Amino acid sequence: MPEQLLFAMEVTLNGLMAGVLYALVALGFVLIFKASGIFNYAQGVMALFAALTLVGIQQGQVPFAHLINAIFGTEVHHFPWQVPSLIAIVLAAAVMVLFAYLVEKYILQHLIGQPDIILFMATIGLAYFMEGFGDIMWGSDIKKLDVGLPQGMNMAIDEATYNWLGYGFFIDNLDIVATIVAAVLVTCLVIFSQYTKQGRALRAVADDHSAALSVGISLRFIWVLVWSIAGFVALVAGIMWGAKSGVQFSLSLIALKALPVLMLGGFTSIPGAIIGGLIIGVGEQLFEFAIGPMIGGATQNWFAYVLALIFLIFRPQGLFGEKIIERV
Amino acid sequence: MKYTKLAAASVTALMVATPVLADLVFPSLSYRTGPYAAGGGPYADGFADYFTLVNERDGGIGGVMASVPECETAYNTEKGVECYEATKGLGALAYNPLSTGITYQLIPKVTADDIPLYTPGYGRTSAANGKVFSHVFNFPANYWHGASLAVNHLKDVSGGDLADKKIVLLYHNSAYGKEPIRTLEDLSEKHGFEFLTVPVDHPGQEQKAQWLQIRRERPDFVIMYGWGVMNQVAVQEAANIRFPMENMIGIWWSGGDHDVTPAGDAANGYKAVSFHGVGSDYPVFDDIQKYVVDAGKAAGNGDHIGKAIYNRGVYAAMLLAESARTAQEIHDTADITSSMMRDGMEALEITEERMAELGMPGFGPAFKVSCENHGGPGTGAIQQWDAAAGTWSLITDYGPSDMEIIQPLIEEDSAAYAAENKIEERCN
Repeated sequence: MPEQLLFAMEVTLNGLMAGVLYALVALGFVLIFKASGIFNYAQGVMALFAALTLVGIQQGQVPFAHLINAIFGTEVHHFPWQVPSLIAIVLAAAVMVLFAYLVEKYILQHLIGQPDIILFMATIGLAYFMEGFGDIMWGSDIKKLDVGLPQGMNMAIDEATYNWLGYGFFIDNLDIVATIVAAVLVTCLVIFSQYTKQGRALRAVADDHSAALSVGISLRFIWVLVWSIAGFVALVAGIMWGAKSGVQFSLSLIALKALPVLMLGGFTSIPGAIIGGLIIGVGEQLFEFAIGPMIGGATQNWFAYVLALIFLIFRPQGLFGEKIIERV
Repeated sequence: MKYTKLAAASVTALMVATPVLADLVFPSLSYRTGPYAAGGGPYADGFADYFTLVNERDGGIGGVMASVPECETAYNTEKGVECYEATKGLGALAYNPLSTGITYQLIPKVTADDIPLYTPGYGRTSAANGKVFSHVFNFPANYWHGASLAVNHLKDVSGGDLADKKIVLLYHNSAYGKEPIRTLEDLSEKHGFEFLTVPVDHPGQEQKAQWLQIRRERPDFVIMYGWGVMNQVAVQEAANIRFPMENMIGIWWSGGDHDVTPAGDAANGYKAVSFHGVGSDYPVFDDIQKYVVDAGKAAGNGDHIGKAIYNRGVYAAMLLAESARTAQEIHDTADITSSMMRDGMEALEITEERMAELGMPGFGPAFKVSCENHGGPGTGAIQQWDAAAGTWSLITDYGPSDMEIIQPLIEEDSAAYAAENKIEERCN
């Protein structure tokens, strides 16, 4: 087999894996948009905040230590314990549920009936607030995230492809784990929305707020629920991305990777987020491989948006998005 | 009790009656927020802590206290320029913006305002030519020195011959990251190695395509010019593809402790070029602990002492403090202006004896700045990461860079700037 074809196959596989990671971030956006029509600008910062909280709890870091020390003249930084990864993940998820409750109580509740753009602006404010709050709470140092996820080249795939094709493919173990986790997560979300009472209520709200309210569904409960789920998805995305680079403030910028995925897959479809992620992942990696070297490289960031725009021209609602027709 | 009150009143009266010299103001255009905060914070801490040490231990510089007003730039060029405009009225003596983008914007402004700009190890490299850039100083080393020092080291570890070797430059796709390309191209011609460039877009969180390309190209060495998250991801991706870590060498901005710790043991053996000492085994850090941290006057919580980027902040502050001292001597006044500060920077001489007096023996090279040369000696050493110990160690002595390649590039670039801006050469 020609060498370039083998390389292209390797790039495609890695593109699919990268796409799964993009889809993980996009999922959080979709959940909130689907249930409330809000484009949650803070989703990337939620991933950062969730990962910071996880590492902080895991390492026994005292929250607001810098502030406490500055006010009281103390020197406290860490509790005398460390928390096992699984318990830390559960506690971090609980913090995200509390966060969802507070967002609903102190922001969303007061903005019911306001135009979508106001709610969008509120999430911009929320994003910057959370970034600063996270900094004060946990500090701005880069934190190593270690929850036992495997990293590095998968040797079995490397050996198998080498024996079969004469060229060993590189696949990162972390990407394989991310793919499995994303598959489990999406399955759970689908089961939840199809087969549970709360899930059906969530879908009802997504379809028609007024009709859902008229049959006694609590909009406030649904919003807390959906922001909690989005918080959990943000935690998962934060873990996967944080394992690659350490937990740091640039983690919030992963939201930029989700936007073209949403444009392509549609803002209201969970399968759309997955398929969109895969198309963007493969598209940008193949473009960088084939065309990048001819035009100076570093094409991924902008090419993802070009790809999404091309899809938008032909299908403005995205591949799986709902076509909204407003009659006047 | 009465006597105590009387004494306090007398002291207060004396303080009011005595003319008070204005502080020596060194604004810190810092970034403690945003995607580059992990590097910006320790640098700003080191910069501020050294001036606090000088105030607390020595009573200031020449008897005048130094002040370091901070302005947050978030590593954003527009905000950096705003910070400059907002703080220059405080009587700023010199600026150290820690951003190549901000530096490029400030060069014409500081020249017009007669305020020196100090950009150690970053900024516009050709500003080393003092004949063109009267108000910009980038001693003791710049990006091009760094590229040459990296190549010198790779040549040493290759048995003195780089012919038939392949070197990849993995760089931040910005003005900063592109700085060494021309130098490395010229060095490639001189030494006969194959040279490839691989850019990474801001912020660098996703580098899968780049590292697959590096894996396919099978280079002997990778030189990295990264900043922020790009560094941590690159080190991790290098480990993932099993690239030998000792064959990967970063510029000093890719040589922070936080750049390697997220990868854990996998980062062991990674190297970086440095133009100053590493670790905390210098008397100055004992003094900072005693007079600044323990006294509760540290800019941060004191846990960055001895880390590479913190040390760089301390070193930059020390060189500015020594420049101010030199300016005071030249102009025979403690209350110097920014114009006098510029003179002090241009006449700065750092000797080994002075470094020892300052509690920093061997921390950086001995050198002398001149009207023609604002860039210093361009010497540097190689540091290597020991993941088990969690420390950097210098594994080479300070060595020279290849001025035969670099000087013509400096002359060419600065001449182009002079022609574009109609600047007449000075120092004649």
